[in-house]
Amino acid sequence: MQKKKRKMTLATKNAITGYLFILPFIIGFLLFMLIPLFQSLRMSFSDVTVNPTAGGFVMEFVKLSKYNESINIDPEFKILLLENLRGMLVDLPATLIFSFFVALLLNQTFKGRGFVRAIFFMPVILSSGVIVGLEYNNAMLAGMKDVIQETSNSSSITTVLQDMLVTEGSQAGDFFQFIFDLIDHVYDIAIQSGIQIIIFLSGLQTISPSMFEAAKIEGCTAWECFWKITLPMVSSLILVNIIYTIIDYFCRSDNEVMEYISEVTISKMNYGLSSAMSWIYFVCCLLIIGIISLIISKKVYYYE
Amino acid sequence: MSKKTKKWQAFMERNRKSNGYLMRKTIFNIGYKICRAILIFGLCFLIIQPLLNKISLSFMEEQDLYDSTIVSIPRHFTTSGYKLTAQLMKYWKALGTTTYISLLVSIFQVAAATFVGYGFARYKFPFKNFWFFMVILVIIIPPQTIMAPLYLNFTYFDPLGLVSLFTGKPVNLINTMLPYLLLCLGCMGLKSGLYIYLIRQFFRNVPKDIEEAAYVDGCGKFKTFYRIMLPDAKPIITSCFLFAFVWQWTDKFYSQMFLRKYTLLSTSLSGLSDSLDTFLKNAGISEKASMAYSSATVATGTLMTIIPLLIIYVFAQKGFVESLSQSGIKM
Repeated sequence: MQKKKRKMTLATKNAITGYLFILPFIIGFLLFMLIPLFQSLRMSFSDVTVNPTAGGFVMEFVKLSKYNESINIDPEFKILLLENLRGMLVDLPATLIFSFFVALLLNQTFKGRGFVRAIFFMPVILSSGVIVGLEYNNAMLAGMKDVIQETSNSSSITTVLQDMLVTEGSQAGDFFQFIFDLIDHVYDIAIQSGIQIIIFLSGLQTISPSMFEAAKIEGCTAWECFWKITLPMVSSLILVNIIYTIIDYFCRSDNEVMEYISEVTISKMNYGLSSAMSWIYFVCCLLIIGIISLIISKKVYYYE
Repeated sequence: MSKKTKKWQAFMERNRKSNGYLMRKTIFNIGYKICRAILIFGLCFLIIQPLLNKISLSFMEEQDLYDSTIVSIPRHFTTSGYKLTAQLMKYWKALGTTTYISLLVSIFQVAAATFVGYGFARYKFPFKNFWFFMVILVIIIPPQTIMAPLYLNFTYFDPLGLVSLFTGKPVNLINTMLPYLLLCLGCMGLKSGLYIYLIRQFFRNVPKDIEEAAYVDGCGKFKTFYRIMLPDAKPIITSCFLFAFVWQWTDKFYSQMFLRKYTLLSTSLSGLSDSLDTFLKNAGISEKASMAYSSATVATGTLMTIIPLLIIYVFAQKGFVESLSQSGIKM
């Protein structure tokens, strides 16, 4: 038997090297995420006053009054929040369906496929940061549309259809209203779904063709193939895309709630209030992500 | 008999034999192809239309903007809009600073993310799953949540009381680039978590044999990473770098918070309509720019901001899309 040397085992060595590699993340996470996160949680329960002479800021504990203020007293926050969450729930299925549909289209072979794919992915590059915000302020386009509608004196097919289908009060009318809302901002949905399309596309390309072949020989129609093969095979990616879409929605730079919170922070210098608001928003989003992924993950099918 | 008619006859013969099934199938296929082409064209147009619209607006003279008979092709072609916008945005200076800062920031970000991603993918260590969950958390937490304390912390920068130990009082770092670079090095910059995730995903798929061969040949741990794994990971690193560069280029949130001192394209673009108003006021032309005129100027400014990005995208399109789809995103 060999004498055991008093040396580190390979596993310990590996562990140390592993920790060395992720050290930047640990330091960054502790200093720039965890501490600020706790501070922000503390701020949301207190009245913050900036006091340069005392070397920083003073916090005075005020219990839940900041939360109370942001929901019950602040005139805009509650409305913005509810509207934003509703918008998210509308956009989510629309983005998913749209991106899945486009991915199915792009998965077929036709001339100029690479070019079309490049165009669909372009908004990820171009419509980020400031440019999304500017796009929304483009009142010029809206004005031009009004002018055209007035001068041409004719109504579009969609408005006629909308007049016919949307009747006030009835259930079906609400449903059609929902559809027409979606049609109105199909552009927003199209520019939001670049990454989702790529994710779905990569999933579709990993499905082995032999599966479709076997199904065809057994007499499966294309419609059945879609429901029995394609959809289950990409179902895990649906979950990924749902989470990505939600995160993207509430980290986007033109998010009205976030804009309002920044305004409260920077212009009004009300740090306590803005922290309370962002915590409310964050918890709402976490809840939505949690509930949706709980429901979906039970139906996801993993193929190994 | 020409070749075409021969082919047609053969087709008809086959059609007759299949009881008209071939004909129906061919017609259906052609119809489907036409529908698909129209659909794809429409969707592409939907995405490109705002860009085309901006291009046409940017070449119009002011009088064209009010003329409702002009929709897309300007009657009075001019490039003066570009000159004015360049002057208002301090374009060349802003372009230089933005390029410099975006390069610096994205290099820092991707370097840190590469280390961390490699560590997560290739080593086993205690609490690994916990730390990886933290990475996911970083992706999910919106930076706005921690904005206020972060801002205050950097205004009175004093980690663990070290700075005041040496200088007596905390330093104000908010008007320098240092806070943002520190954030990037600590993987807490703009979308850093996403880069860690992508790079880890890539390294996980590299076969273990390569690494073991290197160890057997006497390569150290760091040398293996540097000499064997890094050259392999070039595509994913390039694409992360491209994303970091492009998103930093248009970022408003971090720039407004940490880089206020610098004239960046994104910040001067978001203040463009205000500076147009001041310019017109100072020149004594009018009190305030009209809605149409300021929109056209903003459109020109947007175009000038994204032209470098468009050029990058045209040349590196593959780098953006391919490596993302190859990285095998799975939950």
